[in-house]
Amino acid sequence: MLQISQEKELRKNPFGYDIEQLKEVALRIRRDILTMLPEAGSGHTGGPLSAADFGTALFFNEMVYDPKNPKWPDRDMWFFSFGHVTPVHYSLLAEAGFFPKRDLLKFRKLDGHLQGHPSCLDSPGIEVSSGSLGQGLSIAVGAALGSRIDKHPRRVYCLMSDGEQQEGSIWEAAMSAAHYKVDNLCGLIDFNNAQIDGKVENIMGIEPLYDKYKAFGWHAIDIDGHNYRQILDALAEAKTVKGKPTVILCRTYMGKGVSFMEDDYRWHGKPPKKEEAEKALIELGTTYQEWYQHLLNH
Amino acid sequence: MEFKEKKKTREGFGRALEELGEKNPNVVVLVGDLAESTMVHFFAKKFPERFFQMGVAEQNMTNVAAGLSLTGKIPFFSTYGAFAACRNLDHVRVTICYSNLNVKIGGAHGGISVGPDGATHQAMEEFAIMRSLPNMKLIVPCDFWEAKKATLKSAEIWGPFYIRFGREDVPVVTDESRPFIFGKADIHREGKDLSIIACGVMVAEALSAAEMLESQGISARVLNMHTLKPIDKEAIVKAAQETGAIVTAEEHQIHGGLGSTVAQVVAENHPVPMEYVAVMDRFGMSGKPEELMKEFGIKDVNIVEKALKVLKRKKSGC
Repeated sequence: MLQISQEKELRKNPFGYDIEQLKEVALRIRRDILTMLPEAGSGHTGGPLSAADFGTALFFNEMVYDPKNPKWPDRDMWFFSFGHVTPVHYSLLAEAGFFPKRDLLKFRKLDGHLQGHPSCLDSPGIEVSSGSLGQGLSIAVGAALGSRIDKHPRRVYCLMSDGEQQEGSIWEAAMSAAHYKVDNLCGLIDFNNAQIDGKVENIMGIEPLYDKYKAFGWHAIDIDGHNYRQILDALAEAKTVKGKPTVILCRTYMGKGVSFMEDDYRWHGKPPKKEEAEKALIELGTTYQEWYQHLLNH
Repeated sequence: MEFKEKKKTREGFGRALEELGEKNPNVVVLVGDLAESTMVHFFAKKFPERFFQMGVAEQNMTNVAAGLSLTGKIPFFSTYGAFAACRNLDHVRVTICYSNLNVKIGGAHGGISVGPDGATHQAMEEFAIMRSLPNMKLIVPCDFWEAKKATLKSAEIWGPFYIRFGREDVPVVTDESRPFIFGKADIHREGKDLSIIACGVMVAEALSAAEMLESQGISARVLNMHTLKPIDKEAIVKAAQETGAIVTAEEHQIHGGLGSTVAQVVAENHPVPMEYVAVMDRFGMSGKPEELMKEFGIKDVNIVEKALKVLKRKKSGC
């Protein structure tokens, strides 16, 4: 059995940032994403930018963890079921202190530890490897059930894409989470309505997603995934729900924060070229060279 | 050859889980709507708070087990091999094996001897699949006792395991006290003219074949290769060196199973003539288990036939 800290005050987010601070972090996260991607020469841009806000809220306000002790038994658990958003996942981990920011410049490279899709045996802060879509929610259900057996106060978060709601296994997982009434589980869906081949609604429609989760026995919350007040309120609401899991549909824009990327599915699976990144980073108040140096030095 | 007692390997699995439940509070069990068939119902009855019925949803069951393992549990999940190794393969590969999670898979109803249910339910590809996955360990127990011991052992060793069980009562060729050493072949019979390397129910067929060969003055060594991954290279090389001819016997497709594994070791280390008893690249069919074993050519007489052939090749040096 795991030893769980009895002192409640120990179970808190290591940063506890307010909304203004969260916005500052998210700006840095977006700059990281746009700097590491051209350096890698491949990877996903649109999803990481759309998930940056609720991701930042989770890591810097909500979740309980210790970046210096990734396997801390008291920790909450999070699963990036959409493994391909590693640029935002890794930037959040580096910003939180799991590993140095300079590692981001070795993303997808043989001499770095940051795999194209997250590998738990290679990088700290990753509970389980992912990359094949539609698997994370089941893992989260298992982690929630295991925590419940131990009477652990942990909460389990599963971050998913909208596109992966097309996987049948997501609905197997949704069914089982409601069946076992795992109320320590909270799913967040990056609903940017864009996937690699086009708009989600044109590729394989998933709406009405809110109603679908409700029909599967979940508590569902529909929010603007770039509005911090709404994100924090939804996360707080999820904690009060008993007897059923909660899903938060975060309505977002692919490529959020960069004018020429916003809401354009073509940015799903490709990195910006250096000149495009430069243009984007200038919009975000820095330059490629400046932020590259920033990463090198942190 | 007459065997005194027959028992199901899946019962060995079920009884081991029951015992593990008592011994280790971290052991949890999941099943996909087949609690009695896979015999996890013994565990379910005694430890309902650690038993999870997952319904007909094998992909989910596989990764719920993965999630449970992340909280320090030792999950065993079970369904028929067709669904425990094939339906959920992506989940086994990416989540369990790539992450090297402590998840144990009990694949019931393996092999042609599943009988009347027919091809869809006769898993005969699991060895090839599981052997190809990094971090995975694979055991194919030959009888009730070995199934029980293999299950108990898998809980002691970190990482993913696949253990294959059959449906039918099969001859008990070991006993409660016979040591089971993970990763080491168990020599059931010494011999000098050839070696028969078998796993699962084919160990009994191999012993029967060895007796038939003895009546013709041929001395056959019988190795029970219960662990297919990691394979016992030493025992295979020794068999090749000391007997100079090998026949493998498995209730599995010819491609990628025990025969392929042994051949690779033999070819690399000490090439000798080899023959294979296996299902020859075809799907199963409905019938009685015994009829099917004959139809698909995986009986003791088939081993004898291949033994005589391999001995001829050994003699002529090709």
